[in-house]
Amino acid sequence: MRIAFKAGALAAVAALALTTAACSSPASTGDTDGASSDSGPVNLTYWAWAPNMDKVVDIWNKSHPDITVTVNKQDGGDAAVTKLLTAIKAGSGAPDLMQAEYQKIPTLVSAGALKDLSKLGAASTKSDFTAGAWNAVTLGSSAIYAVPQDTGPMMFYYRKDVFKKLGLKAPATWDDYAKAAEVIHKADPTQYLGTFSSGDPGWFAGLTQQAGASWWSISGQSWGVDIDSAASKKVASYWGGLVQKGVIDNDPMYTPAWNAALNDGKQVGWISAVWGPGVLAGNAGKTKGDWAAATLPQWTAGANANGNWGGSSTAVTAQSEHPQQAMQFIKWLNTDPTAVKALAQIANIYPADVHATDSALTTAPDFFSDQSDFYQVAAKASAAVQPFTYGPNVNVAYSAYTDAFAKAAQAKQQSQFLSALSSMQSTTTSDLKKSGFSVK
Amino acid sequence: MTAVTQTAPRPAVAKRRRRDLRSRVLTPYAMLLPGIVLFLAFMAAPILYTVVLSLQTVKVEGLGLGPDSRSVVFAGLENYANSLADPEFGASVLRVFLYGLIVIPLMLGFALLFALLLDSKRSRATRFSRVAIFLPYAVPAVISSLLWGFLYLPSVSPFVFLANLLNVPVPNVLGPNLVMFAVANIAIWGGVGFNMIVIYTSLRAIPSDIYEAARIDGATEVQIAWRIKIPIVIPSLIMTALFSIIATLQVFAEPTTLRPLTNSLSTSWTPLMKVYRDAFTRNDIYSAAATSVLIAVGTFVLSFLFLRVVQRRAFGQED
Repeated sequence: MRIAFKAGALAAVAALALTTAACSSPASTGDTDGASSDSGPVNLTYWAWAPNMDKVVDIWNKSHPDITVTVNKQDGGDAAVTKLLTAIKAGSGAPDLMQAEYQKIPTLVSAGALKDLSKLGAASTKSDFTAGAWNAVTLGSSAIYAVPQDTGPMMFYYRKDVFKKLGLKAPATWDDYAKAAEVIHKADPTQYLGTFSSGDPGWFAGLTQQAGASWWSISGQSWGVDIDSAASKKVASYWGGLVQKGVIDNDPMYTPAWNAALNDGKQVGWISAVWGPGVLAGNAGKTKGDWAAATLPQWTAGANANGNWGGSSTAVTAQSEHPQQAMQFIKWLNTDPTAVKALAQIANIYPADVHATDSALTTAPDFFSDQSDFYQVAAKASAAVQPFTYGPNVNVAYSAYTDAFAKAAQAKQQSQFLSALSSMQSTTTSDLKKSGFSVK
Repeated sequence: MTAVTQTAPRPAVAKRRRRDLRSRVLTPYAMLLPGIVLFLAFMAAPILYTVVLSLQTVKVEGLGLGPDSRSVVFAGLENYANSLADPEFGASVLRVFLYGLIVIPLMLGFALLFALLLDSKRSRATRFSRVAIFLPYAVPAVISSLLWGFLYLPSVSPFVFLANLLNVPVPNVLGPNLVMFAVANIAIWGGVGFNMIVIYTSLRAIPSDIYEAARIDGATEVQIAWRIKIPIVIPSLIMTALFSIIATLQVFAEPTTLRPLTNSLSTSWTPLMKVYRDAFTRNDIYSAAATSVLIAVGTFVLSFLFLRVVQRRAFGQED
């Protein structure tokens, strides 16, 4: 879901955002709920970055001539949020609909960028989604800020040919994973079972989620920050140990070097998510047929716990003048069987709608065409996702992750992985306090 | 313009004189007007807005989730104090100074050397060389950083591939100790051409009878370069140095593009990267605005000091 080398595009967006910010005065972002009881055709704009989303939307436009939706393709989650926040601050320029990653919802809500959909009948979609996904769009409150679109339950991909040659089985526990990593690296010092990526905070958050961490919490009118909880520490020291031993790599993912390593067999495993096959197909096309998909290794043998990496929802922005029509579209897009099937097969995402597994996800993705139970494994992974609360400054915590863990990964010291975690904790807490959030 | 052409012969001389005077006073302003308007709209207003932003901050109440829980309040100099007290900011400024110590002398040294070589009588294929040296300047920094990024990454670099074939050990240039040089190299590669052209142009402006006189006196080419050419092009050297100092303080594109490739570059590696991160990753445009103002003032002070120190020596003969 992330493309290396997006910096250029980001910079361009930033330049655009700067111009917009400089030319317009800050205006209030007050809601105009119910200003849309108008009838007659309306046009809605939709910022999304999922591939081929325009083709999915075409299906809607054909059957709903009164509500035309236009997809405005975005670079990705981060860039789209930056643009939206700028438009909200400027008082105009926001789209009606927005693809919003789960971890961005608290930030957007806190900036007053999203409409509460509970008054528009969003509650009727609740039964279509898992409790975890629903919690992510309601933040545990009575408001509904978005409707889940896709999720990213984490999965483990590995080179079954390499495992077979070395007499290894798919690791059931993290201990097995560590042993396999050691065996593989000993057999061929250029090969690694994985890498610890300082560039992917969402990946690490998902791993701690599996171990039972939830980095933020709400109690009463206060936020709690729990980034350096015992569960997170367990995960950080585990990966720090592997990096210190040198049995897994310490360079970030999504670099040209990493892409090449997947393709030429230097990286023989990838802790990823259900959307991984698309990335593998793009980067490691040469190795098609050599990979297998499994659920994540477990902390306790026999347990079934999982984390999320990626996934997004559809929200209505505060500036939309047609929230009712927008809600109608959102409900169709994320729960109508035709639309959900199109999301899975045309946009290649893993729909959040729990009914999708039966109807839309019948054949394995092309890269795993020899593994017919791919979506059964994915469904098992999806059902095991642990609850996790995102806070209003995920961006701060994530950027603190990239800096602190880059240093730790560079140093290859287990102890530094733990201090990286506490530096994330203090950066995140002090940012909340500085802005005046009440923090317990 | 019309006022000028309308000063046709008229009987009333006094009136004409008054009209002349008025047009003489007003015309320059009319001509300046587009420039002034553009300057105010696209330079002064954004700067003023940045200063206003830098004096504000967001205050949130409670959970910060309700529509009215967030308000912008006057913060005084708090953002400035926070910026200055932030160890990341200090570290990034120090880093940029070290970076400048590497980049500026090397870049200007190469630019001067190439300019002198191109200007020398015995050079061949000067037209081709001039274009070849200048060409990297035409490559946008993001593109050149991508290009060099591929050349730096051990597993995709042809240099490392060749070195491995020859069994020569190669250090990882994106490692923590060498990454500064990796970034500096991109800047030097891109910047030498522009500076070379500036210096070369002023070399071409030197009348050749000076050289003839020198040769008659028995000076060698090296002596001519050292004793005549370099002293004469000192003003261009100073101008290119000033541009280079400003560009150094603003280094952004190269490290930002290389950052995803390595653990060695942080999100606040240079002051501008910190501004970008605060504004667009942390969504805190207020403290980013304060840091921007600090950088702008720092750049101005440094440029001013530099000019102050070298001016007398460089432009002394013109006074």
